[in-house]
Amino acid sequence: MSGRVLVGVKRVIDYAVKIRVKPDHSGVVTDGVKHSMNPFCEIAVEEAVKLKEKKLIKEVVAVSCGPQQVQETIRTALAMGADRGIHVEVSGKDYDNMGPLQVSKIMAALAKKEEAQLVILGKQAIDDDCNQTGQMTAALLDWPQGTFASEVTLEGDKVKVVREIDGGLETIKINTPAVVTADLRLNTPRYATLPNIMKAKKKKIANVKPADLGVDMASRVEVLRVDEPPQRQAGMKVETVEDLVGKLKEAGRI
Amino acid sequence: MNINKIIALSRSANIGKHLLLCGVRQTGRADQLPQRRSFKTHARSLAYAKDLFLGQVNKAEVFPYPEIGNEELEEINQFVAPVEKFFNEDVDSKKIDHEAKIPPETLDGLKQLGLFGIQVPEEYGGLGLSNTMYARLGEIISLDGSIAVTLAAHQAIGLKGILIAGNEAQKQKYLPKLATGEHIAAFCLTEPGSGSDAASIQTRATLSEDGKHYLLNGSKIWISNGGMADIMTVFARTEVTDKNGVKQDKISAFIVERAYGGIISGKPEDKLGIRGSNTCEVAFDNVPVPVENVIGEVGAGFKVAMNILNSGRFSMGSAGAGMIKKLIEMTSEYAATRKQFNRKLSEFGMIQEKFAVMAMNAFVMESMAYLTAGMMDRPGVPDCSLEAAMVKVFSSEGGWICVSEALQVLGGLGYTKNYPYERYLRDCRILLIFEGTNEILRMYIALTGMQYAGKILTGKINCPAFRLETIVDEQLVLKRVADVLINLYAMTAVLSRASRSISIELRPKHDLPVILSNVHRLRARCSKAAHWSSRGCLSLILTVPAPLTPGINVSHFQTASLSVVAELYLHPLKSDFAFLHQNTVAIHVISFHNIYTL
Repeated sequence: MSGRVLVGVKRVIDYAVKIRVKPDHSGVVTDGVKHSMNPFCEIAVEEAVKLKEKKLIKEVVAVSCGPQQVQETIRTALAMGADRGIHVEVSGKDYDNMGPLQVSKIMAALAKKEEAQLVILGKQAIDDDCNQTGQMTAALLDWPQGTFASEVTLEGDKVKVVREIDGGLETIKINTPAVVTADLRLNTPRYATLPNIMKAKKKKIANVKPADLGVDMASRVEVLRVDEPPQRQAGMKVETVEDLVGKLKEAGRI
Repeated sequence: MNINKIIALSRSANIGKHLLLCGVRQTGRADQLPQRRSFKTHARSLAYAKDLFLGQVNKAEVFPYPEIGNEELEEINQFVAPVEKFFNEDVDSKKIDHEAKIPPETLDGLKQLGLFGIQVPEEYGGLGLSNTMYARLGEIISLDGSIAVTLAAHQAIGLKGILIAGNEAQKQKYLPKLATGEHIAAFCLTEPGSGSDAASIQTRATLSEDGKHYLLNGSKIWISNGGMADIMTVFARTEVTDKNGVKQDKISAFIVERAYGGIISGKPEDKLGIRGSNTCEVAFDNVPVPVENVIGEVGAGFKVAMNILNSGRFSMGSAGAGMIKKLIEMTSEYAATRKQFNRKLSEFGMIQEKFAVMAMNAFVMESMAYLTAGMMDRPGVPDCSLEAAMVKVFSSEGGWICVSEALQVLGGLGYTKNYPYERYLRDCRILLIFEGTNEILRMYIALTGMQYAGKILTGKINCPAFRLETIVDEQLVLKRVADVLINLYAMTAVLSRASRSISIELRPKHDLPVILSNVHRLRARCSKAAHWSSRGCLSLILTVPAPLTPGINVSHFQTASLSVVAELYLHPLKSDFAFLHQNTVAIHVISFHNIYTL
């Protein structure tokens, strides 16, 4: 086994920022807004670095797709302990329309090219909440997948994954190479300390284009309109249960 | 000639101006000014504030506003993110204040982030960041006063001595562990009997018989990190025999390890603010210090102390600005939601004024701090002690006023411990006291500048006997001189930054009103300080030599009138700042007081 792990990281609007919709309703305002690494991607990077520290794998490669700015996100991953980065250049219209399908095609192509043993991704991104990239990547590669992982253990050439599912916790054992997506309780990501950020400056980030990987970036999805969630309406207080039932009947709810 | 005659002269302003301006103008050419200190590199005019005392504005020093390269900018942004995250998530300032202690986990987190060795060079295990970057990180660290002071006591003064005046062996031995935070440093100068009067310290270091050790005896107070420091920079009197064979007691600087034994730290002081920072007495009882641990030369310790203090002062500007910006954030949320008289607080003029004050102060403090940091980062060995002192005085007082105003906006709520305002207020009161009290720094600014100007003018003006002695006691006069200079420097910083903003078209429309109001306000402070008193203290004339661009109304102001106006502020309305680059703005500082008395 190559001992190489591919980790996908996405640059998203910071979780603490108040999102505003663009006046033309074509999307949200991203100019001048604080961006950072998707929290689930941070957990994925942390898991990969932990595996390396336990000497179970040899190399961690951080991958991100997007314009020039995603290099900051890759650098953060490098500062957390990744060995090198790959920046897949996607900009303009292609970037606006980029979704899980395109990213999973890129990840699949890279996983084959880099002969990765494991691909670790965040379970979903906090901007689009798709929860699809990991699953699609596994399907394109025809690899097993361990999604919503809250615990990952490497056992020889197999991986034991404890998954958080609606019913509780499910433990599965899958063959490598495999795709794993990280859930919230997998680990607590470390801070990228300043000395590590300085060391990370020396690590390499390779530039690749989707065309080089033979990936077609055309989107099958078109965003028609983006709106804010409806304003919360004021509630009503009632005195008795009969009142409540009456009001609900009036509103046509029952 | 006596004072009265000079005052009479000065009242007929033209003559007075002419008399002294002739002399001043002749000396006011930067290339003719002798360098007072020996600089290791080329002799470019490295004094900005000092030359203000001569009526010379060294535009090349302050225009354009110092810029950092793109790579450095990216680096700073990368650094800022984890530090901000740490302070937002893992620092419980309320708990630190309440328990008067920084939890070990928090200290560990700070150590791992690398914040204990920000300016230590990389080869010794630190981050090796420039002054500008240090100032930028200071903005975030200041979110918690106790942590800020702990870190500053460790690296801005504690280990600075080794950094700037230590020899290679000392650096190799001590810096690596200090940079990672494994050892914590402290700066021990102040004694029960010697606070502002630092030169009068009594702690003694006597050379042992075999000449290999000094025995340290004495006690120090108000030592930050005193209880937990492993390495201390201690100042003590040593007997020095000068070249004439005369024995004198001069101050030397020593690196003292707690491991040497004989060091007793008192119990932590119960302070008003920065309660999480450990401050205590440190007593030395026959502590053996190896002679190799003397920093610099024996007997040259006072200079070392002053250099250390001067080098760290400027960061108070950005720390204060960071704190104020945070306060604006918190206060504006409140003012935008709270309603009284059926209107939001933010609609009331007096509340808006408070925000204006806070915004202006933050802008000025930032501008001054980064201008000074930029000047210090330039190659050569710039002497920015005066500028740093000005930044400190302005920022400490500005910060105090702003915190008070922010608390006022919240009214009763601001007064409770449920909100952080009272803690910010208590934490920031110390800024006016430590690192040189503002009173001392004002004297320093005024006297150093006058001394510099006096030395140069003495040779040039053809008048008998200029004497400086009596000015030293005229504190009220010195205070006004210092205030004028501080405000002038503040104006310079604001104009420099604004002119850069406009020339690179960085949101010019938004910055302009801020700049104008800033300069307007500062010149008002300037004129207040320069107000003519019955003792004929000081007069500030700002003159622009000639009409520069058609349509600019340039006026000459003379001391005939009691009010003084700084004309710089008019120009942004009429043209762009390019004119400042092209033309000389001469500031003539004329003191009709004892300094020029005969």
